[in-house]
Amino acid sequence: MAIATEKLIADLQSTFGTALSNFEQPYGLLTFQTNKDSIIPVLKYLNENEEYRFRFLTDVCAVHYPATKELAVVYHVQSMENNFRVRIKVFIPESNPKIPTATVLYESANWQERETYDFFGVIFEGHPNLVRILNVDDMVAFPMRKEHPLEDPNRIDKNDTYFGR
Amino acid sequence: MAHIQLGNDSLEKETTTLNLGPTHPATHGVFQNVLEMDGERIVSAVSTIGYIHRAFEKIAEHRPYYQITPLTDRLNYCSSPINNFGWHLTVEKLLNIETPKRVDYMRIIIMELARISDHLICNGILGVDTGAFTGFLYLMQERENIYEIYEEICGARLTTNFGRVGGFERDFNDIAILKTKKFLATFPKVMRSFEELFNRNRIFIDRTVGVGAISAEKALNYGFTGPCLRATGIDYDVRTANPYSSYQEFDFEIPVGTNGDTYDRYMVRNEEIWQSLRLIEQALAKMEKEPKGIFHADVPAYYLPEKQDVYSNMEALIYHFKIVMGEVDMPKGELYHAVEGGNGELGFYLISEGGRSPYRLHFRRPCFIIYQAFAEIAKGSLLSDAIVTMSSLNVIAGELDA
Repeated sequence: MAIATEKLIADLQSTFGTALSNFEQPYGLLTFQTNKDSIIPVLKYLNENEEYRFRFLTDVCAVHYPATKELAVVYHVQSMENNFRVRIKVFIPESNPKIPTATVLYESANWQERETYDFFGVIFEGHPNLVRILNVDDMVAFPMRKEHPLEDPNRIDKNDTYFGR
Repeated sequence: MAHIQLGNDSLEKETTTLNLGPTHPATHGVFQNVLEMDGERIVSAVSTIGYIHRAFEKIAEHRPYYQITPLTDRLNYCSSPINNFGWHLTVEKLLNIETPKRVDYMRIIIMELARISDHLICNGILGVDTGAFTGFLYLMQERENIYEIYEEICGARLTTNFGRVGGFERDFNDIAILKTKKFLATFPKVMRSFEELFNRNRIFIDRTVGVGAISAEKALNYGFTGPCLRATGIDYDVRTANPYSSYQEFDFEIPVGTNGDTYDRYMVRNEEIWQSLRLIEQALAKMEKEPKGIFHADVPAYYLPEKQDVYSNMEALIYHFKIVMGEVDMPKGELYHAVEGGNGELGFYLISEGGRSPYRLHFRRPCFIIYQAFAEIAKGSLLSDAIVTMSSLNVIAGELDA
């Protein structure tokens, strides 16, 4: 059974109205934006809808956009029975990076959200154990944010200017 | 009910805290579990990972696309060619490159060899963990043969850095083809004797049936993919669900289990090895029908030219310079591409804002997601069973930490 993309978009829009925006299909993958208040209801709707059955959370990660001082939390969910993927993005301000946790729906969100917190400082409210996972516990920075340089900025023996890095 | 009863005012506790790892030989990798033990039973387990975190996602934001291939080697280092090709397929999707059929078949041969070597390690080690060393030695010899095929094609064995965006760096030579055919001829016999040693072995069955079981619902909720998910009875395989590299032309089956326990995972992996052999045979036959000498797509702006041409051909020198110096801008785009790795769905989430490096690259590492279920699976089991469970989940530290 295949999902008709137009029907899914129409269903989502009739259920959530203006909370969803920017419907796109880059490289054939349905992508839309929502806000942090609607993300869990949207995931829950996709998960529990008997027709769509998005029971599988493929991936959670974040992207930093320093120009707009925003972090995007990106969810990929998948309906295995319909063989269909959806990407949902939530933009949250860098100054107040809070978003409700998806662990209420998917156990697999647990470590993925910890990883996202570890690297971007996104605070998943209600997460059972939101501590660092890959970096050392006493680290203070969120290293995947763009302001952190890859190399130690004090080094003078590595001048990569000519290589466009 | 604990075995030891303490008085109400005692400062002692009734359980024992046991550190399993980070460098315990039975974990086959650098990660730690802090276990609360009641006698020999595990009351609770807390996993600590990150001991070999190497910041690949951060490094990838500062490297040109072709230099990210060696980073992917080091994710699941038991089957690095799958990671390499997964990355190349992602970039090719971004650039809308269509690879020649011969390249697809060559890739399938290597990817299936890699899958075999990954499963050989996992099942061989599972034998060692249950006390049978012989099978492991049988299989290590066969893995060596696979590595010799890699060596013939790309020069490396473990961290292979296989291929380029658009295809391969060089064609398969005659010795590589010969070695692959020899492997196809000799390996089934070894595999059969390995299966005879284990499949109906009373001790092995006692140690694995019903151990570390997980239900299909739980497995889906925990984000399981690959053999661990298929052992629970769900026939999800990226190779058939979203075929890449011409997998849709091939005739193969997706084995599934029923109980989702260690024995089923073992059996699924074994059967996948047989299916991989079928795939390699078909791919070799198809490859021979294709015109010879084609081993990459014709995309001079992205495919590093051959060194010989760089010294003798003006165009090749220009493209070599442009690619190496990062003068080639990538198109803007955002995509998710997944391949079936040794442990499950290996995904690449790539955002390109133009320029020479990705704006953001996220690896969806199957091990990382599967391993979080370990605490729940191990709870209530014997310590020795937890070791076997960990072994059959095939936790690879490199893929865990990225």
